[in-house]
Amino acid sequence: MFRTIAELVEMAETKEMPISEVMILQEMDVKERSREDIFTEMEKNLQVMENAIERALQGVQSVTGLTGGDAVLVQKYMQEKRPLSGPILLDAVSKAMGTNEVNAAMGIICATPTAGSAGCVPGTLFAVKNQLNPTREQMIRFLFTAGAFGFVVANNAFISGAAGGCQAEVGSAGAMAAAATVEMAGGTAQQSADAFAITLKNMLGLVCDPVAGLVEVPCVKRNALGSSQAIVSADLALAGVTSRIPADEVIGAMYRIGRQMPPSLRETGEGGLADTPTGRLLKEKIFGVSV
Amino acid sequence: MKYNSVFDIIGPVMIGPSSSHTAGAARIGLAARNLFGKQPRWAKIYLYESFAKTYKGHGTDFALAGGLLGFATDDLRMSKALDIAKENGLEIEFIEDNSRVDHPNTARILIGDGNDKLELTGISIGGGKVEITELNGFQLRLSGNHPAILIMHNDRFGTIASVTEILAKHEINIGHMEVNRKDVGKEALMVIEVDQNVSDDILEELQSREHIIQISKIES
Repeated sequence: MFRTIAELVEMAETKEMPISEVMILQEMDVKERSREDIFTEMEKNLQVMENAIERALQGVQSVTGLTGGDAVLVQKYMQEKRPLSGPILLDAVSKAMGTNEVNAAMGIICATPTAGSAGCVPGTLFAVKNQLNPTREQMIRFLFTAGAFGFVVANNAFISGAAGGCQAEVGSAGAMAAAATVEMAGGTAQQSADAFAITLKNMLGLVCDPVAGLVEVPCVKRNALGSSQAIVSADLALAGVTSRIPADEVIGAMYRIGRQMPPSLRETGEGGLADTPTGRLLKEKIFGVSV
Repeated sequence: MKYNSVFDIIGPVMIGPSSSHTAGAARIGLAARNLFGKQPRWAKIYLYESFAKTYKGHGTDFALAGGLLGFATDDLRMSKALDIAKENGLEIEFIEDNSRVDHPNTARILIGDGNDKLELTGISIGGGKVEITELNGFQLRLSGNHPAILIMHNDRFGTIASVTEILAKHEINIGHMEVNRKDVGKEALMVIEVDQNVSDDILEELQSREHIIQISKIES
């Protein structure tokens, strides 16, 4: 069983297989399940992600009315104007936000690694798909690769905002998506690790400060950040840019930073954006109490 | 390692909005329900730290109720679980507790009906994964995600051996096991996580052995 990114990369290199395959073999071994069985379950997760994006692009609204409709706005803008950031990046952003709009509307999503950060991985996947034209199997493998990196984060640090802030959620999710994008684009295992490290480095210190304690503001747009950073980092790594700080040490830094975060910035809805005049006003409006 | 499956990371499929506050909460509720073995008539749920501060926004309240009703994380009835609980004669009270706890997402659940009671503390550690940390006053560490049997027994020599012998006979592999007791020679709790669900015949066989007081199981 791999415990670190270094071990994961080494296993992929020595056995001359992609990271997705290392994850698949470990899952078969630890859970005593067949390859077919595992693929079927992951395919179901992929389908849930695809359905959530489809639903988002038809337009959704949360119960509070705080979020919804932005994914549609961005798609419309892409069709009518020439976006500055390019179609793939903006498509990823739209689909990432859309997934989280569905989540905020209490729809069905697949946590990757969490619900609050569930947009980053599918948003990225269903956008780069248009350029890389993967098979369905390659799309499923994308999720195994993302899962392998998330697995190391979860076991060495944390993946929940309550434990480590948003860096642990959208930070991890964006980094997982970056690593998986590199593999799908034909990059090496080490390049996946570099893309992962670059993304997570740029997310360090990100706090979890949901307005009114709801997974809406700023969560939906933080997923836009996660997926866009994933694609930029994947491109950097594929261009040959490396991370000076190894991925495992970045995870270590993320862990220590999370431990130093006060509870007010770890999903209590008490600090940061939740504690702005508008944030407090929104909470009062939604719950009808003075805060 | 806390997480041992790729599906802990890519998954669960769930009703939003939060994996730890909604899906995890549902799994804690479901674990309590499974261990109680039937639908409770009442529940008192104490919420701590992040759970206490944000439970309304995250739907932690309806998710816990959904779990107590036996709903899985992707059950479409989840957001209506509080109403469904009422319709099914399950009275639930939520209490925000300011006490310090070890984990920011902690819930303590007391459930019961006319005859029986159960007290359970669960933590939601991220991505929908949970651990049960206390049951009826016994400290333990149990992930609600694997099949498990919990055996209340008298603290006497040979009791553990008689249990493991039966499991071995039925070719059931033990993944994790721990034993806790309140005092020497008093009541003790055996927690056994296994690789496959344990059938009722085997539970009956276990129940028939000397010094076994009560058995409950978690299916997965």
